[in-house]
Amino acid sequence: MGSPELVKVIATFDSPFSHRAEAALRLKGVPYELVLEDLRNKSDLLLTHNPVHKMVPVLLHGGRAVCESLVIVEYVDETFQGPPLLPADPHRRATARIWARFIDDKCTKPLWLALWTNGDAQEGFVKEIKENLALLEGQLNGKRFFGGDAVGYLDVAASPFAYWLEVLEEVSGVSLATADEYPDLCRWAKEYTSDDKVMKCLPDRAKLLAHFTAMKDRYITTARSTATNCLPA
Amino acid sequence: MPTTEEVTLLDLWASPFGQRCRIALAEKKVEYEYIEQNLADKSELLLRSNPVHKKIPVLLHGGRSICESLLIVEYIDETWPSPSPLLPADDPYARARARFWARYIDDKLFDCQTRLWKLKSGEPAHEQAKEDLVQALTTLEAELGDRDYFGGEAFGFVDVALVPFTAWFHTYEKFGGVVAEELWPRLVAWAHRCKERNSVAMAIADPHKLYDFVLFLKQKFGAK
Repeated sequence: MGSPELVKVIATFDSPFSHRAEAALRLKGVPYELVLEDLRNKSDLLLTHNPVHKMVPVLLHGGRAVCESLVIVEYVDETFQGPPLLPADPHRRATARIWARFIDDKCTKPLWLALWTNGDAQEGFVKEIKENLALLEGQLNGKRFFGGDAVGYLDVAASPFAYWLEVLEEVSGVSLATADEYPDLCRWAKEYTSDDKVMKCLPDRAKLLAHFTAMKDRYITTARSTATNCLPA
Repeated sequence: MPTTEEVTLLDLWASPFGQRCRIALAEKKVEYEYIEQNLADKSELLLRSNPVHKKIPVLLHGGRSICESLLIVEYIDETWPSPSPLLPADDPYARARARFWARYIDDKLFDCQTRLWKLKSGEPAHEQAKEDLVQALTTLEAELGDRDYFGGEAFGFVDVALVPFTAWFHTYEKFGGVVAEELWPRLVAWAHRCKERNSVAMAIADPHKLYDFVLFLKQKFGAK
């Protein structure tokens, strides 16, 4: 296995998608160099290695680039020794991947729009994200983690809800996932963020709060414009 | 290995997503029952098997259900590793690249083509849909390059992900005036190469039948 080659992660400090890449590496015990990117002034390194999307995170391993956070997590799982992030059984693997896709395809956009839009549109997005969070929570089914007794692929995929959600709720003033409504999800969030490997790559809360607060007006403008341009289903 | 359990595919004849699953099952020589779905009147079996999204395709194997076409194809590849491995078993980097491009196809093509037939021709949004579609296919043309298949010498995961959309080239030309042979000659040649495989020839839709179907959809759901 190509472990002796240097691993770098091009990331931003605030992105939960960047966190997914770092969390996977830490869970496997792989040392890496973090390269922080300024997305307003994208580096040649980023543009060369992710010419299609020009987004973070990008994993560089022995000079080759892997893009898309969930693709990175699977690559790390398959390449390096250490506890497996995905189960061995094909159906259980498929189920974990299905719910990770659900998070990316059905949760991240309505979450963002629920936080920053207003009026009737906001009501619609709030309803949508709350329904989808309830479905996701159902996958915990009394377990400590989505992966069972240990942090796994789906826990890493769901990390935006473990840490970033609560900070975004504070900045926006919008409450989406209280402990009363989502007891299992909130319990899981504490377990995930307490894991000794995961916590080393969570951004500092005060810094994250300040960053989102500074960006709030821009988030509101772009979210409301996105919502207006959404094609009716 | 649960290879003797029953396999069922809930699908729709025109769906490029369903066709991906049919191609994968045929490549692996897996016998299965195909059940055509009526999405205007969803069956009990579909609603039970995919309660969250209620969409096709859904693969049922020994009573377990899997949805999302690319995940179904990975499941098929992992459950029946031979013949015809679709993702290389011992090359995580090649697997990562295949997954990246398959996601690209999923994120771009269906959205662009839906906007292309749904929106009113001549409107700025329709022009944008056409531009986005051209950009996506041009990017894929460049990625294919001079290779026989997206993974190199062997038919694989990205080929399965994309080839059903090639039956839509005729529809793209009708709705957008884009001529595949001129814009994406490598993709056209690659599509012919893929269609020499029985699994592909049997699965993908007839382009003219597909166009008629899209005309029907436009009449029903398109912008007036």
